[in-house]
Amino acid sequence: MRIFTPLDEQTVRNLRCGTNVLINGVIYAARDAAHKRMVEALAAGEDLPFNPQGQVIYFVGPTPAPPGRIIGSAGPTTSGRMDAYSPVLLRRGLRGLIGKGSLAEQVIKAIQETGSVYFGAIGGAGALLSTCIKKAEVIAYPDLGPEAIRKLEVEDLPAVVLIDCYGNNLYELGRVKYRAP
Amino acid sequence: MKEIDVAEISAAVEELCLPTNCELNEDIRKALSKAKEREESPQGREVLKLLLKNAEIAAEQNIPICQDTGMAVLFVEIGQDLHIVGGSLTEALNEGIRRGYTKGYLRKSVVADPFMRVNTGDNTPAVIHYDFVQGDKLKLTLAPKGFGSENMGALKMFKPADGLEAVLDFVVATVDKAGANPCPPVIVGVGIGGTMEKAAFLAKKALLREVGSGHPDKFYAELERKLLQRINNLGIGPQGYGGRTTALAVHMEVFPTHIAGLPVAVNINCHAARHRTIVLNGKETWK
Repeated sequence: MRIFTPLDEQTVRNLRCGTNVLINGVIYAARDAAHKRMVEALAAGEDLPFNPQGQVIYFVGPTPAPPGRIIGSAGPTTSGRMDAYSPVLLRRGLRGLIGKGSLAEQVIKAIQETGSVYFGAIGGAGALLSTCIKKAEVIAYPDLGPEAIRKLEVEDLPAVVLIDCYGNNLYELGRVKYRAP
Repeated sequence: MKEIDVAEISAAVEELCLPTNCELNEDIRKALSKAKEREESPQGREVLKLLLKNAEIAAEQNIPICQDTGMAVLFVEIGQDLHIVGGSLTEALNEGIRRGYTKGYLRKSVVADPFMRVNTGDNTPAVIHYDFVQGDKLKLTLAPKGFGSENMGALKMFKPADGLEAVLDFVVATVDKAGANPCPPVIVGVGIGGTMEKAAFLAKKALLREVGSGHPDKFYAELERKLLQRINNLGIGPQGYGGRTTALAVHMEVFPTHIAGLPVAVNINCHAARHRTIVLNGKETWK
């Protein structure tokens, strides 16, 4: 199913773990160093580089765009490295995360409490995913290079609901289903 | 006597960078296609289908398969009858990485200090493993390693009395714990024996073997088969979404070890398992 950002609560409440979605609209690219800075900014009483209400963060550090291209290869990075920061941003209004790999208990709890969602994009499909990005603009921390925050406009970015707002987790359910003795 | 100028070595490394990152090796492509036919999980089949499509787009449009174009790992086999001239070999190899990653628009993912964490800006230095062999050729293998998978490796110094089953359990548990993080279906490199660093090196080197080629020793070929089966029974599946294809292959490398030890290292590679080799011949000299 097709979904559009920013996400409202009802859209997220209707999403179920294991559902394939095509994400459309603006999402924000950020990873390790940018998260550290955002959370430090909040602690210092400063604003975030973008208004997080209903927004979605994509954990990605793309390769540089060659001339004539919008962006380079742009697949997800391991979400768990942002575990220390994600709950802070979710409690500020962020409604979705896109990445790959497991999340810590405190992040899953924050997802449930705030009514948000964790999407999985395919790790190592950076070439394919880059073709879904129609616009890319660095909006903060340009000194961080691949880790700068980018505003991305995406069309039909393929993803799957990994953890829904009820705490159902595809990584656990999928594994149980196909585990053999 | 043959000699080779370091400038030629830099150029060869530079040329390796782009195709290594953009073109999936044929053995991997075949293994992914085969897995797609066999996979029971619909979600898993969808992932494998998209990974094959990704490989097509990457090769056609020269876009890296993955945005993590890795820390550059180089395996260098130097023929002992080859004379390297014109400067430092290590610097020449790094110069090749510097030019390849900059001109090829590949991601620069290396920080100069593990704690200060300032990007070096050109993806150097590479991690370089030198080996001297008979002959007069220079064999260069570039194996860029992404850290989604690299972070999931493990090493354990077993007691000899722990035995074979404990070692196999450790390998399976390492892949189980890694879950979706290393981008399954993975290639599992297992290094056994030697010393601590030798085992780690062997585990990395094992990732270079052609996927599907069994170990030449029957005992280890059988262990690889058994481990692959156990790993694929974990249920993790492609991308960890659940399925029967968690690993495409398990490759073991072994080395004699000490009477008191049994070092075991596991190095996991993602489904792209990038690596590419070039052999340089050098020129005949009559000095």
